[in-house]
Amino acid sequence: MNPRMNPAVTNLAVETAWSDHVTVLPVVLPIAVAGAMFLLDERRRALKASLSFATILALIAIAVTLVVSVSDAPRVYRLGNWAAPYGIVLVADRLSAMMLALSSVLGLCALVFSFARWGRAGPRFHGLFLLLLMGVNGAFLTGDLFNLFVFFEVMLAASYGLVLHGSGETRIRAGLGYIAVNLVASLFFLVGVSLIYGTMGTLNMADLARRLAGPTAGELALFEIGCAILGLAFLIKCSAWPLGFWLPSTYAAATAPAAAILAILSKVGIYVVVRLSLLVFGAGVSAGFGQTMLFAAGLATLAFGTVGLLAARDLTRAAGYAVMVSSGTVLAALGSGNDRALAGALYYLVGSTLAAGALFLLAEILQRGRDPAEAAAPVFADEYRDPFDDEDSVEVGSVIPAGVAILGVGFLLCTLMLAGIPPLAGFVGKLAIFVGAADAPSPTGWWLIAALTLSSLFTLMPLVRLGILNLWVRDADKPPTLARSEVAALAGLLATCLALSVWGGPALAYADATVGWLTQPQDYVRAVLGGSAP
Amino acid sequence: MELVLSLGIGVLSAAGIWLILRPRTFQVVLGLSLLSYAVNLFIFGMGRLTVGAPPVLGAGPDIVSVDDPVPQALVLTAVVISFALTALFLVVLLAARGVTGSDHVDGREPHQEEPRP
Repeated sequence: MNPRMNPAVTNLAVETAWSDHVTVLPVVLPIAVAGAMFLLDERRRALKASLSFATILALIAIAVTLVVSVSDAPRVYRLGNWAAPYGIVLVADRLSAMMLALSSVLGLCALVFSFARWGRAGPRFHGLFLLLLMGVNGAFLTGDLFNLFVFFEVMLAASYGLVLHGSGETRIRAGLGYIAVNLVASLFFLVGVSLIYGTMGTLNMADLARRLAGPTAGELALFEIGCAILGLAFLIKCSAWPLGFWLPSTYAAATAPAAAILAILSKVGIYVVVRLSLLVFGAGVSAGFGQTMLFAAGLATLAFGTVGLLAARDLTRAAGYAVMVSSGTVLAALGSGNDRALAGALYYLVGSTLAAGALFLLAEILQRGRDPAEAAAPVFADEYRDPFDDEDSVEVGSVIPAGVAILGVGFLLCTLMLAGIPPLAGFVGKLAIFVGAADAPSPTGWWLIAALTLSSLFTLMPLVRLGILNLWVRDADKPPTLARSEVAALAGLLATCLALSVWGGPALAYADATVGWLTQPQDYVRAVLGGSAP
Repeated sequence: MELVLSLGIGVLSAAGIWLILRPRTFQVVLGLSLLSYAVNLFIFGMGRLTVGAPPVLGAGPDIVSVDDPVPQALVLTAVVISFALTALFLVVLLAARGVTGSDHVDGREPHQEEPRP
């Protein structure tokens, strides 16, 4: 198609201001830096580390800019300046900007953590890390279903590399299952997308919502089957019961910084489910499609994650189950159909993701030294230098005084956040869900309140038990050694959690306004498709 | 033609699903490949089956009778991605075989007899 043939493309000089291109930077910047990084010699670690550090700092700045600038109206970026239903658009709205900020803060802290040790445990860590962020950011921004598939695949391909980073038998075995499950999920994604295209004739999310709002909606039954299959793919990614058995063992096998950044991956699945169910099924002919199933899946995930936490014998598995609990909470709140509960759940999602990431990092420090077989044989013998024996790694030995105290405070904060105990953000989020559910009394609301209360209790118990086992150790045991960058990474994550608690009012107001915006799909359609919306 | 295509997709998916559920990693790889062929054919089918329809390239005023180009673009992307990821999966499979000494998906043989005293 070229513009002359298409009367819809009338003005080619719409996007000229430089500031408009900020919307595409979260995708372009990491892939450009990662591409350049693959050309660099594997031994120039300091250069690579500082490059990726600077990139993620820039990503945080961009995300903050977007959060500030999209609070009134979303930013729509037309790739190649093709008009919306024909070309692919990136849409930065309140939800996307919030998720972008979350992924870049988590990414920065995981990266800083990897400076101490794990970044050197195998080749091309930084490049894969940036590619993962690029895929995640793209999935948050895109307004096109097939483009979403491409970003999902970029993200997953990078995550396969990160799960295998550091090598070793457990990682390879866990990676094998993880890759197989996700390849099958990608096939579900393709079947769903092609069914949607076959019945509706479009893959643009806004166009899809517009066509569904219209009077004639085509082959609705087939379309809904397609959406259900598509939803299956996302529910596998956000590890909803019974599709999420792969998550705890995979995340427990991955290295700590990789596991911390993988915590955002399940949230990408959640993001897409929230986005599509409110945009496509918020109004129109098939309004409320799949809501009951989402609610049931959310409650089941919550229950399974909580029971898994109770049964967990080590911290990394516990952190994996905490990720599932947080996914289940958001899914159940979405399925309850209560807007204010969903706003609380979005706020809770940010805090619990950061806390789960911090718990993965803490678990690695606390369990360090108990498993000497960690540094396993290299896969790429020709590019590999012993990660723990070169001159860079002097820092590992430096014992920070009161290391156990730092770890103890960190663990306490993580526990409070994940279990939702006052005074931190986890509690504020859960309270917001309770208030929302109690204001509009319904059976689903009471189910939600009961499930969340029980899961708080049964999250607190195992985490306290694991904390006692790991932190109240006898003096004879060597205290864990802490590198400065590890402390910095933990402090960053927990400080963000604290800030989220202290400025809980504005943050909750932002989440409320986000849900308010999401439940008005016609505004999204108008923003993307211009005046052609009904 | 519809019958042939749907039978083809059905047979490929059935074989793929059966192979994915088999215990050996190589069978899983073959199953994933067969399933992705089935899905690719399915995407083609979603563009509606036509015989002899011209491509959209240089189409004249008769825009209705041309072949739908979008599913073709989708299939092309899907083929490239599934090819690359199958190659990656093969590497992981070989690494798992080398590290664990077994090509079972669990990384160990299920019915290995303990050496009798």
